[in-house]
Amino acid sequence: MLKNMEWVNKMTALNWVTISPLMPEIFTAVAGLLLLLVGALRGKSSVPFILSAVLATFFVASCFLFFGYSDIRPLDTMGGMVVVDGFSKWMRLIIFDGLIVSTLLLVTWLKDNQMYKFEIPILYLLSGVGMLFMVSANNFLALYVSLELSSLSLYVLAAINRDRLDSTEAGLKYFILGALSSGLLLFGISLIYGFTGSLFFAEVGGILSQMEMPAGAMVGMAFVLAGLIFKISGVPFHMWTPDVYQGAPTPVTALFAIVPKVAAFGLIIRLLTGPFLSLHEQAAQILIFVSVASMVVGAYAGLAQENFKRLMAYSSISNMGYALLGLLSGQPEGVAAVILYLMVYMVMVAGVFAVLMGLKRQGHAIENISDFAGLGKSSPLMAYSLVALLFSMSGIPPLAGFFAKLFIFQSAVAGGFFTVAVIGVLASVVASYYYLRVIKVILFDEPIGEFDHDCSYSRKVVMVGAVAFIIIFTFVPNYLLDQAQLAASSLFQ
Amino acid sequence: MNEFPILSLMTFLPLVGAALLLLLRGEGEAVQFRAKMLALLMSGLTFILSVVMLLNFDPTEADFQFVEKRIWFENIGISYHMGVDGISLFFVVLSAFLTPICILASWKSVSKRIREYLISFLMLETFMIGTFCALDAILFYLFFEGVLIPMFIIIGVWGGPRRVYSAFKFFLYTLLGSVLMLVALLAMIVQTGTADIPTLMGADFSPHMQLWLWLAFFSSFAVKMPMWPVHTWLPDAHVEAPTAGSVILAGVLLKMGGYGFLRFSLPMLPDATAYFAPMVFGLSVVAIIYTSLVALVQQDMKKMIAYSSVAHMGFVTLGIFTLNIQGVQGAVFQMISHGVISAALFLAIGVVYDRLHTRDINRYGNLSKNMPIYATVFVILMLGSVGLPGTSGFVGEFLALLGAYKVDTVTATFAATGVVFGAAYMLLLTRKLVFGPKVNDDAAAMSDMTVVEKAYFLPLILLVLWLGVAPSYVLDRTAPAIESLLVQYHAKLATEVEPNIANVPEHSQEHVQMNEQDQMPLQDHAQKHGMGE
Repeated sequence: MLKNMEWVNKMTALNWVTISPLMPEIFTAVAGLLLLLVGALRGKSSVPFILSAVLATFFVASCFLFFGYSDIRPLDTMGGMVVVDGFSKWMRLIIFDGLIVSTLLLVTWLKDNQMYKFEIPILYLLSGVGMLFMVSANNFLALYVSLELSSLSLYVLAAINRDRLDSTEAGLKYFILGALSSGLLLFGISLIYGFTGSLFFAEVGGILSQMEMPAGAMVGMAFVLAGLIFKISGVPFHMWTPDVYQGAPTPVTALFAIVPKVAAFGLIIRLLTGPFLSLHEQAAQILIFVSVASMVVGAYAGLAQENFKRLMAYSSISNMGYALLGLLSGQPEGVAAVILYLMVYMVMVAGVFAVLMGLKRQGHAIENISDFAGLGKSSPLMAYSLVALLFSMSGIPPLAGFFAKLFIFQSAVAGGFFTVAVIGVLASVVASYYYLRVIKVILFDEPIGEFDHDCSYSRKVVMVGAVAFIIIFTFVPNYLLDQAQLAASSLFQ
Repeated sequence: MNEFPILSLMTFLPLVGAALLLLLRGEGEAVQFRAKMLALLMSGLTFILSVVMLLNFDPTEADFQFVEKRIWFENIGISYHMGVDGISLFFVVLSAFLTPICILASWKSVSKRIREYLISFLMLETFMIGTFCALDAILFYLFFEGVLIPMFIIIGVWGGPRRVYSAFKFFLYTLLGSVLMLVALLAMIVQTGTADIPTLMGADFSPHMQLWLWLAFFSSFAVKMPMWPVHTWLPDAHVEAPTAGSVILAGVLLKMGGYGFLRFSLPMLPDATAYFAPMVFGLSVVAIIYTSLVALVQQDMKKMIAYSSVAHMGFVTLGIFTLNIQGVQGAVFQMISHGVISAALFLAIGVVYDRLHTRDINRYGNLSKNMPIYATVFVILMLGSVGLPGTSGFVGEFLALLGAYKVDTVTATFAATGVVFGAAYMLLLTRKLVFGPKVNDDAAAMSDMTVVEKAYFLPLILLVLWLGVAPSYVLDRTAPAIESLLVQYHAKLATEVEPNIANVPEHSQEHVQMNEQDQMPLQDHAQKHGMGE
């Protein structure tokens, strides 16, 4: 009863001051509903308009976020369901950037593939709203609702090419396994609620820190983490990733690879630094296992892949393992390293998919690695962009991917996790083999046929932008580094 | 002069050249020619800068010179810090010297995707010079590892029939060693809060930690060196790489391992260095004898030179871990001399390979008849490689063996037999290639060296001879840095093992006064301390 009163009190505190930091989300959500209306009334002909409107929405909303809100002190809003702080600001900016980039990748693809479905960009937008709320969730219910909002949109997107078997298979697999993971998550949340009596992160954290041995809540935490590790495709909950990556239409795969993982990672970070802070030792055990297993499985399973999208799936599994390494120490430096890692990873993946979507022979999209042969000769710009991105992904200096990994390993070493760090670097050597294999096909192999000259302006922007980013980062890294540190430190106040 | 950022300029000038090459559009002879001229110009300018640096280098100064320091990663202890001392000076010059020669050597022999080829070489030059100039551990690692990218592409795109296998082997071997070094570097940075190499040299690490750190560094440098038994990537890489790739590989990349030992293992981890020195001795002797014997039975000329490189690098590791002035001086000199001689030998093989397209020794014979100038050049290089007095090869081997003899006579004796084996296979190669009976008509019909070939062999031959008769130019410049390195090393070791030794300051003074390599040896060997622990 007391709890309810508190909640009502908080509700009444809704006013412009507390709501204004959420303007980007509100703007995006309202725009999404309006655009849905437009689409429903105007049908297919409205696709170009909706697409550009979605892009504009993302852009305007991210400008709201970037310029309109400079205070990074934590601020509870929406009755304490949502917290706005430096961390959520920066994570939301990353998510917006990811959304803009994945929408850019969508632009010409819809036309090329005769997929005039206005739902696609709107689903991007709705899943985006879910992800934005995920990184600012301050309550387990808000967590669950925002996670489901984004996931449901993603399930539909995976199956959007419904006339194709592999797309429907991808959607179905993703949905069933995703529903299972949601079940795990809910079960964990109910355990935590049962043992602490609250759903608010701050209250749960306060109660857990006073308990001697919160066994039930620990089990609850394990389930919640399991649910989230599914979302970031960490081993052992990674099984869906290769099939979904392969089956989903390529721009949707790009979306999967770029954005949702950042959001889910934001959630994991917030949970570990908030409600589960006092359980860090136990959480670290789970994280060590998942991290090592992801790095190793991602590296070894990727070796045998022939399909490039599947390869990217395994690469994402191992990359998420690296990102988890940064969370082991539970220090702000580690979290900052993770934020930086996610940023760099997102840019690299976006660039890789921009190249992949431009590869065609006689109108057919190329997905097999062996079909990349001779790209170095026929279109050097794309080839060398991809080569630079792949070298960066395998963590070879002097590109940005190296620094991202460097700071992750530094935080792991600083935390005393030497063995894990050594396993990590060795796994990165194994993983570098499959990136090299792609590079080998691109540069060393003889061409097996002409590529279509496909110059999509939006894709080129993403590709060149990504390559410029990974090179320029080496020379002027401090802005992003400072922002990541600010964002991380706002969690530890 | 110190205000002028000469090191950054040298490091990044080739990269600017690479960027300009990227902007060059079009195909055809004229564009190819322009690309080659541009690359030659850029690397030539870099070489001129390196000569300017060499002339402005203060030979009496043991500390780093031409130092530049800028903020790079704030708050993390990683900065952009460059500088050279006597140890790194000549490697920088060597890198800048060999790159234009490589471009000249590829003038005619490479026609496929020449623009990418030149870009790779210019990138490689940036990374090589950067490796030797970097005074920040992460910056060093960045350049050290960055080398893999252009070299992988050079072997893989312009290499021989088994290029893919070799490129992968090269890349993965070196990467595997290096990532462990990265973890060690991070552990050191975490403990000291800085990645600054001069600061790290003064830092103390616990003896137990040193052992692990040393092994991690060893895994990287031993592969790069390469030391037996992790040398197997080298013959493959050499055989498949294009001529210029082999030149850089043998001339500069192999030196990065030895340089790493001198820059990291010795000054930062003295206890572990003393502890592991006998092991390195053993591996070096095995490398010298075993790979010499392997070289003896090779039919492929490049493979033979590749194995001889492993043997010569054995003298380098031997010299470094004697931890006395002669040994280390000899090691550094041997690296420089080998950088010139082996590079020239690979170029010499490239000359006949371009004409006959085979590296099989038995296909050649009696080249002294139709290629007299080539035969002369080859014999001089062969004698240099064997270590004949009067060539640069002699000085390095002699000093390294002298240093080794002071520490361990048995090791030195075994290592000295390697010199005999070295003479055996090199003479065998010379007999079959230059003299001996005429085997094939096409080999007998080959024309002698062209003007371009003569142009790039001339400085190499002169260097081999000049370094042989006047080694003091190099040794004087390397001496102060090496002395201060060893004084610091022994002081650190002495204070840590027996804190109350009274005569340490006397020794230090004595060492500071030494200028010539043939003066007083260091009295107390690391060996004894290492054993005494």
